[in-house]
Amino acid sequence: MNEGSEFSLNIAQIVQRLRGSNLHSQIERQAKDCLHRPDIKLESLKEDVRNFLRISGWEKKLQNAVYRELHIQLPPNHPRAPPEHLKEPLAYMRKAQASWEKRVLKSLNSMSTELEVPLARKRPAAEQTELTNKWNEMGTDEPDLSRFRPVYAPKDFLEVLINLRNPNRDSCEDVSAWSHWGLVQVPLSVRDIPQLRKAYSELSLNLGQLGIDDVANIHPDLFENSYVQIGEKVVMEQDSAAAQQYSRRGCPTGLRADLWALILNSMNQPQDEMHYEQLKAGVIQHDLLVDNLIYKDVKLTASNDDYYFVFEDFLYQVLLCFSRDTAVLEHFKYNSATPPKSFIHVGEEEHVVVYPPNGVIPFHGFSMYVAPLCFLYNEPSTLYNIFREMYIRYFFRLHSISSSTSGIVSLCLQFERLLQTHLPQLFYHLRQIGAQPLRIAFKWMVRAFSGYLSTDQLLLLWDRILGYDSLEVVAVLAAAVFAFRAENLMEVTSLASAEAVLADLSTLKVMPLIQIFLFATAI
Amino acid sequence: MAGKVKWVTDIEKSVLVNNFEKREWIQVRESDDWNFYWMSIQTIRNVFSVDTGYRLSDDQMVNHFPNHYELTRKDLMIKNIKRYRKELEKESSALAEKDENGKYIYLDFVPVTFMLPADYNLFVEEFRKNPSSTWIMKPCGKAQGKGIFLINKLSQIKKWSRDSRTSTFVAASSGKEAYVISLYIDNPLLIGGKKFDLRLYVLVTTYRPLKCYMYKLGFCRFCTVKYTPSTSELDNMFVHLTNVAIQKHGDDYNHVHGGKWTVSNLRLYLESTRGKDVTNRLFDQIHWIVVQSLKAVAPVMNNDKHCFECYGYDIIIDDKLKPWLIEVNASPSLTSSTANDRILKYNLINDTLNIVAPNGEIPDSRWNRSPPREALGNYQVLYDEEQAQSENAERDLRSRSGQLLGSKVTKGSAGVRPAMATWK
Repeated sequence: MNEGSEFSLNIAQIVQRLRGSNLHSQIERQAKDCLHRPDIKLESLKEDVRNFLRISGWEKKLQNAVYRELHIQLPPNHPRAPPEHLKEPLAYMRKAQASWEKRVLKSLNSMSTELEVPLARKRPAAEQTELTNKWNEMGTDEPDLSRFRPVYAPKDFLEVLINLRNPNRDSCEDVSAWSHWGLVQVPLSVRDIPQLRKAYSELSLNLGQLGIDDVANIHPDLFENSYVQIGEKVVMEQDSAAAQQYSRRGCPTGLRADLWALILNSMNQPQDEMHYEQLKAGVIQHDLLVDNLIYKDVKLTASNDDYYFVFEDFLYQVLLCFSRDTAVLEHFKYNSATPPKSFIHVGEEEHVVVYPPNGVIPFHGFSMYVAPLCFLYNEPSTLYNIFREMYIRYFFRLHSISSSTSGIVSLCLQFERLLQTHLPQLFYHLRQIGAQPLRIAFKWMVRAFSGYLSTDQLLLLWDRILGYDSLEVVAVLAAAVFAFRAENLMEVTSLASAEAVLADLSTLKVMPLIQIFLFATAI
Repeated sequence: MAGKVKWVTDIEKSVLVNNFEKREWIQVRESDDWNFYWMSIQTIRNVFSVDTGYRLSDDQMVNHFPNHYELTRKDLMIKNIKRYRKELEKESSALAEKDENGKYIYLDFVPVTFMLPADYNLFVEEFRKNPSSTWIMKPCGKAQGKGIFLINKLSQIKKWSRDSRTSTFVAASSGKEAYVISLYIDNPLLIGGKKFDLRLYVLVTTYRPLKCYMYKLGFCRFCTVKYTPSTSELDNMFVHLTNVAIQKHGDDYNHVHGGKWTVSNLRLYLESTRGKDVTNRLFDQIHWIVVQSLKAVAPVMNNDKHCFECYGYDIIIDDKLKPWLIEVNASPSLTSSTANDRILKYNLINDTLNIVAPNGEIPDSRWNRSPPREALGNYQVLYDEEQAQSENAERDLRSRSGQLLGSKVTKGSAGVRPAMATWK
């Protein structure tokens, strides 16, 4: 098959996906309506309508929609490849993911049995009214959650990743001994620093960066002011691709909310608000076992966080709605994970259903994917839509086993390789004292650093995730943090003291760390 | 200078003591010779009272102005601000300009307030103009939220005045005004659906000329209970009052963060959700009202050269991002509710001492009160009257030479306000 026909296959797929969308019907209606306009002439109908759609901004909207599809959909696949290859091309990864899912689901089911809490139940009318009334203050509720425990925590997941092996590779044969130093033992290709420099050229030392060149002692005329002006222009143009490119060098605080929405093409239309209201109604009607897990997670994480406690109630709203959102299921086409299924009894009959309805079982720390977004969006339905889009583009990769370059396995490997290559002494030292670096960095990476950095710094990091459409930068930062604290780490003699050295990341400035690590490390 | 500072305090708080000890100052008793006395407001009354008063010498310093209550008692603050506005009006100052509704454009920064029982008739008149409004009653002399309640019916206040005459308020009402009643800000800015107020620390080293500093590390205090403006909640004090002293009794009080959010979080949130310009304008306005409140009391303040004072400013921001000055505390709490709080207050005292007792040396009340920039720590100059006057003189020259500024006074644009402060 040649490139040309692959390309047209892609186009056909995108056209098909957009055909059913709201945008399609909106554009169609606009095109029909514009026929009444005096400037639309019969003799040049096609041209005039196109012209109208362009001036009225609909062409831009279409472009942004296509751009989104290109990001969400995978690189071109062989047309005859089975659909599971779209999810994950490597069989051993698929198998590992499937068995992990089985474990998690089993643990969820046994929680249901042991605690005698049904997976789902319809709320009695009185309870529905009560919940409706306190929708905006769910945080004031103090239900007894002591019996509930998170289904799993990042460290449980790490154990699974450590035990991943490629059955087709005999590790004894491996010539490069250093690859045995690390915890992750799968042969995936990750980029080295020269490759990263090429890929992240916008972060290089000679270009202005938000997070570096906008600090107080640098005059704003040197970089910031003109950069902000460009940002305003990008927002005005409403162009997703331009916004994404712009975000690579950081988004100004005042424009970030708009720029991210633009990059994600999540514009919160009336139908999105309606969808959110429907999800809310779903929460009010039915009580799910996973609600307790969400509740517990928020209480354990965000509610005790200096930055995020203020948003506790927003987190409940967003996460409870998220668990009911069947539109999330769509992303399992390209996620190595498969939505868990459970049996639900309706009267005498037993039904197999996806559970929870969105197919995502929350784990300890899940709410931290939403928390930083609360700084940007103060309207729940907008916040919800942005979060959902972030999840189905990026965050799902942080807790499923796959070979994707943004997947958690690759991030772990990348982190270890960067340390092994550029700080071999440090790596060796930590390994010798039983403080494998990944054991410390894993929790940071699973949350994309949310809850570890100060919020302003976290947002600067996430700017780059969106800008480069990849989570790779998370692994780079994790390595850069070790490099930054290398001197202190060389002196520690135990895992506990290494953890202590790296316990507080809230004073770190992420962009200088990343920049120095990528562009000032000797290679 | 030779010799070590001898210090006394009647507030045994670790954030104070640790700071003194760090400087290797020597603790002495009140009856001894001392150089530095960090005292409560009860003690300052004695120090400067006519009967028992000390004569402070040049090497002695205290942390209050003798009549700080002109600013820190709710009724007197209001009285002074009202007088200040009238004076400016008399001078036909541009600051006293009013809008079409008769409201001051630049000086309308405290909620409408009356003294009770003295201004009762004025209050009733105002209340009848807007009978659906809610008012907040506060005892003049008390702090930390004590004795505060809300009313939204005249009958409630009548009942209060009846009760107070017959019972516990006898003592108070036999004295001067016992209460102030202020229009309640019923459209506060909510973050995450929660109400909050702002606590900012301001250091004054002299009133004439005025020199004051704003501490960068203020914080927001959040209500732990959701805010609903419905009157059925009026009785639930936790919803309305954000004083930590009160909030601590709420069931939801969190001992990790204590319901406190840093001002830098507030700025990040506002800039992200509302934009940079409006956020800058809000902070400029906050600085503006602090300076104006200090200018309002400067003429009546006993500007004793042995004194400095660190005030706790309480400010509420409404949903139109207008800041309101609620009250000023002379002895902001030095109790630490969380680990971060402890660090903050330790640093606050540390930075304060670095300004008022430079290099930890024995204080000299004749000091020039112009600390070098690097000694400011987390303080920033909020207003320096001397410097502002020299700048004004310069500006006058410029405006006479054609660059008129008076005609371009636009609301909220801090830079062109007359006699603007020098905090930037």
